[in-house]
Amino acid sequence: MGFVLIVHAVVGTGLLLRARTGRAATLVALLAPVTALVWWAANLGTVLDGGVVTEVHRWVPTLDLAVDLRFDGFAALMVLIVSGIGVAVFAYSWSYFDAAAPLGRVMGLLTLFSGAMLGVVLADNLILLYGFWELTSVTSFLLIGDRYRDAAARSAALQAILVTGAGGVAMLFGFVILGVEAGTYRLSTILADPPAGAAVTAALLLIAVGAFTKSAQYPFHSWLPAAMVAPTPISTYLHSATMVKAGVYLVARLAPAFAVVATGWRPLVVVVGLVSMVAGALRALRQHDLKLLLAYGTISQLGFMMVLFGVGLEATSLAGCAVILGHALFKATLFMVVGIVDHGTGTRDVRHLPALGREWRTTRAVAVVAAASMAGVPLTFGFIAKELGFQGMLDASMTGNGVVLGVLVFGSALTAAYAARFVAGLYGAYRVATPTGAPAAADPTSPAAPRLHAPSRSFLAPAAVLSVLTLVFGVAPALLDGLVGEAASSLAGVVVDAHLALWHGITTALGLSAIAVLGGALLFLWRSRVDRLLAVGSRLPSGNDGYHASVAGLLGGADRVTGVVQNGSMPVYLGVILVTAMVLPGTALLLDAPWDGWPQLVDSWVQVALVAVLLSVALGAAIVRHRLSAALLLGVAGYAMAGLFVVQGAPDLALTQAAVETLSTVLFVLALRRLPSRFERRSTPVTRTLRLAVSAVVGITVFGFALAASSDVQPRHVADEIVERALPDGHGRNVVNVILVDFRGLDTLGEISVVAVAAIGAVALARAGRRPRGEPRPSTAGPGGTPRHAFVEVVVRALVYITVTVSLYLLVAGHNDPGGGFVGGLVAGAAVALRYIAGGLDDVRRMVRTRPWSILGAGLLLATLTATVPLLFGHPVLENGSWDLALPLLGDVTITSALLFDTGVYLVVVGLVFMVFEAFGGEATRESDQTEPPEQPDELVEREEREEART
Amino acid sequence: MSVLLAGAAAALFAIGTYLVLQRKLSRIIIGIGLLTHGGNLLLLTAGRRGLPALIGEGDPSELSDPVPQALTLTAIVITFGVTALLLALAYRSWLLSRDDEVEHDLSDLDILLGRGSHEDDADLLERLEQLDDAEPPASGTDPT
Repeated sequence: MGFVLIVHAVVGTGLLLRARTGRAATLVALLAPVTALVWWAANLGTVLDGGVVTEVHRWVPTLDLAVDLRFDGFAALMVLIVSGIGVAVFAYSWSYFDAAAPLGRVMGLLTLFSGAMLGVVLADNLILLYGFWELTSVTSFLLIGDRYRDAAARSAALQAILVTGAGGVAMLFGFVILGVEAGTYRLSTILADPPAGAAVTAALLLIAVGAFTKSAQYPFHSWLPAAMVAPTPISTYLHSATMVKAGVYLVARLAPAFAVVATGWRPLVVVVGLVSMVAGALRALRQHDLKLLLAYGTISQLGFMMVLFGVGLEATSLAGCAVILGHALFKATLFMVVGIVDHGTGTRDVRHLPALGREWRTTRAVAVVAAASMAGVPLTFGFIAKELGFQGMLDASMTGNGVVLGVLVFGSALTAAYAARFVAGLYGAYRVATPTGAPAAADPTSPAAPRLHAPSRSFLAPAAVLSVLTLVFGVAPALLDGLVGEAASSLAGVVVDAHLALWHGITTALGLSAIAVLGGALLFLWRSRVDRLLAVGSRLPSGNDGYHASVAGLLGGADRVTGVVQNGSMPVYLGVILVTAMVLPGTALLLDAPWDGWPQLVDSWVQVALVAVLLSVALGAAIVRHRLSAALLLGVAGYAMAGLFVVQGAPDLALTQAAVETLSTVLFVLALRRLPSRFERRSTPVTRTLRLAVSAVVGITVFGFALAASSDVQPRHVADEIVERALPDGHGRNVVNVILVDFRGLDTLGEISVVAVAAIGAVALARAGRRPRGEPRPSTAGPGGTPRHAFVEVVVRALVYITVTVSLYLLVAGHNDPGGGFVGGLVAGAAVALRYIAGGLDDVRRMVRTRPWSILGAGLLLATLTATVPLLFGHPVLENGSWDLALPLLGDVTITSALLFDTGVYLVVVGLVFMVFEAFGGEATRESDQTEPPEQPDELVEREEREEART
Repeated sequence: MSVLLAGAAAALFAIGTYLVLQRKLSRIIIGIGLLTHGGNLLLLTAGRRGLPALIGEGDPSELSDPVPQALTLTAIVITFGVTALLLALAYRSWLLSRDDEVEHDLSDLDILLGRGSHEDDADLLERLEQLDDAEPPASGTDPT
């Protein structure tokens, strides 16, 4: 079975890729359904003997997901319908489409659509079924929107996927609940031993919503008539064999097991089915467009099937199987005929249809047979199927079956009436004389028809074959005893003996059939009076109105919600986020906090001094109204933090913090020097009070959390184990560094990636709209155009070399002593800052031959390679290697691959610093004047360019 | 963790929050700096104080907890990167508006006042249709 699905996928995708393939695409596409039918024939014997073919491929066993395929009686019937009609439709496409038109896309999609539908009927796992189900939605979306230049096609496609997609989501919820309740997602197991309970009922109701949307049942029906904008082969397939049958299929599968167990489910399905049957048929009776007439007819017929299958009894399921096959045969035929007529005359409107002459005789005959089957006239298969349905309902041990039966007969009479309307329309009974006598302007969705012409034999052949089958099965229904019987047996779980026959004697069911057909005839004969009654319907709100109203409501509601939630003020957003982040966990803390009394007040008196500095500069940074002073105070706070780190016993952190703080301060000065030196615009007292309140909430909650955390000290298993393994496993004595480059090296890789992204972002933001940098210019002036001093030059050069050497030492030594790639990189950054102070950006650029982003990239690449190379040798990611080397001067040195990784980190940080100077250091050497009047950005860029050109 | 450090972290959070709720980007950046200091302090003091975590420095049970240190170290470097990015934003804001004020988003205000952007949709549709007219009507199955 998997093989058949793969053939569909390969053929479909192949055609999609060769979208310009012409007519040959139809022949290629035929491969897929023909393969399916061959496979079907080969395995049919097993199924007819009451057997089942299964195929299971493991997928995600932990999630109970498997490609679990099952071919039983009902699946056999469905595969025959899907692939049999598929062959007919694909063959029909050969003549329908313009010989010159590229068909790869549409045929490829049809093949995928067909494969997805096969997947739906073969899947034995609920989640797999859902996947195929959504695939049919997606492919049908693309197919309905095939003429995507046409706005109507786009909106119809959207409507289809929105409605069926929403139902699909409901269904997925139902599937998950059902799977959890049953303990398995395997459909056959669930059906063999159905779970029960309120949750299962809810699940079934949700699944029913999915089935209703898919099968276009009221009130979700409106997408199906709208989908008529698609080319006829697509409509044919969609209506007769695929897509809409999926909902019916699902109800058929579930009903025998759940119709009684899940309270309320059967009445819901039956009522929705009856409403759809009657309302769809009434709408069909008002249509002038033959295709629309058939579309509403489909809704009505699907309602009929919903009722039969939804009852869930053996006899009704048997009838449902017959109806689903009969409907496939006649509905495909009728759609094809409409397509042929449309093709040959340029219209589908019965009011404008020209008289069809003798050369249309065969076409008309084909249509009449199919319409007779739809109406349930004896000698056609439709009659057999309908009578089975009536008989099944008569025998049904269900309360209210008399009412249901009455509505079914009424619906059947309406069906007969619109079948008659269809035939009469073809014969010109509704023709309105037009001034010129010629057909009215062609519908834009119809293929261009320059002149009236009858179909070629090959065009009509598929429809004719299906019509002949309708007749054959109508006269000799016993041919289908095995297939339909087995299908019903596999649904009911017991052997259903099917004896399909044309004549059962004078029975009540026969009488009901007669009433239906005669009633239809009467309705047709009194059509002028009926039409007047039906005109009332046009004043009722239609399903389409409902769809548009709900879409408009959704958009309007989204606007209102957005307007309130997203009000455009960043302080409000941040305030809401912060308060939520504090209040929710804070409440939990208050309700259930471990409290062992206050921890010790102070562990070290040095901390008191440091905290005093830290908090006073932090307060200062918040209060001062001078921009750069605030930045400098923040820098002091950083140094105080470094002091606290030392006291805590974290020298690596202290080093890093100090280096970062130095660089940050330079950075702040560079970036903010142009901004107004003071913060203007004082806020109102109300906002200030609010701000203070939020800050107080945050501070108090954090305080509470810190105390609660300190009273709940966990044993340090992790820390102890890491300390223990640092030397033997990580070959390093500096445990913090070993964690960074070895134990949690993957985290570090992620973090340097973040740093790289931030660096690129900073450069992009700051330099956007500027010219790419040119060659460094020989510079004779220091920052601000002041002349350079030889003494400063020499001192700075010497300092730079010393700083770089220290940074390299920190990098190499970091595995055993305080240091490492981060600190080393930052210290090297300090060297860059020194050069900047001496000579501005040009000097910085002269420090290295490559561009800053190359350093950044090289670092990231080196770290990634060190991390991934062990994979090539079958080791885990970041597996550490070490080599002992005897080097001159240095003696025995252990080189670890962690050093390479750390070098990558070092390079990333160095690259970040270079890029930061690249971003902000730009004009310091040229425009140090802060007092000049503000310029427009464009002028600024131009001015820069002029200056660069001048130098 | 001592009450002193818990209080210090809480105070840093409070002051940082106060600054983050301002409208000047420079102050927001400084506020984020203080917030991260508070966070780092909390993180670090969650582990034990002790000798530097270097093997051989002393008995393993006397060493400080290395795990929060490693976390804090990367946090410090990332904060540097983030600060650079935010400063670039402030710089850009200065280039465009000569100030680093975080303005109220006017399009959001439009939605709030019911002047939603659906006219844009209509506009887009119109342009789409013009596009359709411009190109020759292809047959129904044009794959391009």
